[in-house]
Amino acid sequence: MINGGKISVALAGNPNCGKTTIFNILTGLHQHVGNYPGVTVEKKQGVCKYKNYEMEITDLPGTYSLTAYSMEEVVTRNFIIEEKPDVVVDVIDASNLERNLYLAVQMMELNVPLVLAFNMSDIAKQRGLVFDLQKLSQLMNVKIVPTVGNKNEGITDLLETIIQTSNEPAKNLSSLIKYGSEIDSEIEKLQQKFSELRDNRWLVLKLLEQDSAVLKDIHNEEIIIAVLESVLRLKNIFGEEPEIIIADRRYGFISGACQESVENTIETRHSNSDMIDSVVINKFWGLPIFFALMYVVFDLTFRIGHWPMVGLEMFFGWLGSLVSGFWPAGTESVLKSLIVDGIISGVGGVVVFLPNILLLFAAIAILEDSGYMARAAFVTDRFMHKIGLHGKSFIPMLIGFGCSVPAIMACRILENRRNKITTILIMPLMSCGARLTIYALLIPAFFAEKWRGPVMWLIYFIGIALAVIAAKILRVTLLKGETIPYVMELPPYRMPTFKSIGLHMWERGWMYLQKAGTTILLISIILWGASNFPRMEKSNLENVSDTQIQSAALKHSVIGRVGTFIEPVIKPIGFDYKIATALIGALAAKEVFVAQMSIVYAVTEHEDVSVLQEKLRNDYTPLQGFCVMLFCLISAPCLATTIITRTETGAWKWAILQFAGLTVLAYIITLVVYQVGMLFM
Amino acid sequence: MVLQEKILLKDTVDDLKVKLVKVDAGQMLKARLAAMGLLPGVEFRVINNNHPGPLVIDLKGARIALGRGMAGKIFVKTSDHLKI
Repeated sequence: MINGGKISVALAGNPNCGKTTIFNILTGLHQHVGNYPGVTVEKKQGVCKYKNYEMEITDLPGTYSLTAYSMEEVVTRNFIIEEKPDVVVDVIDASNLERNLYLAVQMMELNVPLVLAFNMSDIAKQRGLVFDLQKLSQLMNVKIVPTVGNKNEGITDLLETIIQTSNEPAKNLSSLIKYGSEIDSEIEKLQQKFSELRDNRWLVLKLLEQDSAVLKDIHNEEIIIAVLESVLRLKNIFGEEPEIIIADRRYGFISGACQESVENTIETRHSNSDMIDSVVINKFWGLPIFFALMYVVFDLTFRIGHWPMVGLEMFFGWLGSLVSGFWPAGTESVLKSLIVDGIISGVGGVVVFLPNILLLFAAIAILEDSGYMARAAFVTDRFMHKIGLHGKSFIPMLIGFGCSVPAIMACRILENRRNKITTILIMPLMSCGARLTIYALLIPAFFAEKWRGPVMWLIYFIGIALAVIAAKILRVTLLKGETIPYVMELPPYRMPTFKSIGLHMWERGWMYLQKAGTTILLISIILWGASNFPRMEKSNLENVSDTQIQSAALKHSVIGRVGTFIEPVIKPIGFDYKIATALIGALAAKEVFVAQMSIVYAVTEHEDVSVLQEKLRNDYTPLQGFCVMLFCLISAPCLATTIITRTETGAWKWAILQFAGLTVLAYIITLVVYQVGMLFM
Repeated sequence: MVLQEKILLKDTVDDLKVKLVKVDAGQMLKARLAAMGLLPGVEFRVINNNHPGPLVIDLKGARIALGRGMAGKIFVKTSDHLKI
């Protein structure tokens, strides 16, 4: 037996089997999250040091089976086939044995060195299940270790078993299950006929199951034809697709093994969960409870998050003025401006989202770990299904009213790729909190008291309506695909643990800072440059006030020039170069629009916002004011949103599509509104 | 054991014990359901079918929610004598 060394371990299992808890115990904080190349499936890896061994642990996505019907399943399968981990640990929810073993059986057919972690055995015991693990282990010819993830039990045993298994030659279990003479003889026929299939029973089975991903890799026409013939013969015999028969035989094998090794001593199961469910997914109470909980999540994220945000803003403001103090008063320095207005406020702009992200993910962790998330999808399914999305999409969309950045990160809870990308793409249409500052400036400037409420409502409503329409359109065009069949397990309710919530917050917060934060910082510095360069000659600026200098300097800068340059294009929607300049500045963050407008109009910081509103009222009509709000609502999301869309979808094309698509949409809608509005003015 | 006529899963009532007869759907959906253990011949209990949206069944101790559209493609037979 070799002592010490590296072992690669893959953790597999059904969704909700407690796999992540075991992963967290094994790796602690030594984990990193990424994506599998080319797909939006999350890849979590971590390192576990035990004795002299260094185990590189990969947490595979939760799946029920190894077919090719979902991205997660393909990723899991490819990882096992291509990366060939030394040991695969299949985490089994012991209280839900038969279905969990279905995945295990398929792993065995793949001939991987397998260990079964019999998780949550405590709950299973409470439910009156008595296991004869030795017997089951014998029947299935696989090692079984009982564990209780959230109580840290059985972990040492599991580690020892992993080491032991990695040192043994792999067992050949591919013919563990007998599929009956009809199927077995077809397998044999194919194996005899084609040498490349001879040692790979798994491959033949997959071919008979008509697995699209496996079929794609077979380039020998003769094999494809022979397989089709076999499939047709089997269909004739059974009157059913061979894959259904194969699944049936697997379940038959499992249920046989369970009958001999599991005893059910109590009849009622799930009673507490069922009791909670009778209220939580009740046809009358389900939705009100859902909305109340969503309100709590929203409130927690933004109301409680408000205080640390204010603190952070104050801190960065203080830091800025502290650093400014190093330069003598009244002097102008590019370096000072770069450090204070570029870097410090840029870092501030990144960090300021952190409280929201941490609180939101704490709330999501509680909803997920407790088992409520599956119920939330349940109660909203009917409505969300109509717009081609999953019930779960509702949660990120709601968060989107606060801020698109954490909302897009929250789309990680969506398993289906098309569904996830659609939700991400439409997210900026949920009018976020930063845009509220724009409405707060413009609505009182142009509308009488009694119209302010309705106008505000109208803006939010337009956003939601466009989001619904856009989702529907995306789901029948670019992101076309069978509407996600809604089959979902409702896991029993569980008490979330602090450790798991803490880890979740840490993981998301760190990922945000690392992945998105750096890019957002870089872009805010570029935008700082664009609004400060080229600089004006000092000599031209005598006898004018500071604010007028600022205003002239902005017009002179790259942003001001671009604003002036595009004026002819935006004239038809009622905008001038001033609005354009402010809009370009607002790319960094939507609330910058207000600050930029103040600079353009040379309003000093000491003056009340009503001064700016007065000036706006003199220059523009209410129709123009409304069009600006409409454009801000729909157009290009802020750059932080664009960057987070890029990191979460894994491809620039989606980020660019979102940015360009929304801007074009905004232009068209504003154009129509302005031109039609002009007819009545 | 006397099995009654086959009906659609969506037309069942709460607490009804049924046996799956046939899934009348595309290959993908059938395979997905099969992977979760919803195969012809399997017996389960309807837990909550009074919701306008999805319904919940008890399949071997697990609670599984199925969209209403899908429940309109699953044929079951009912019987009080099923041992679930």
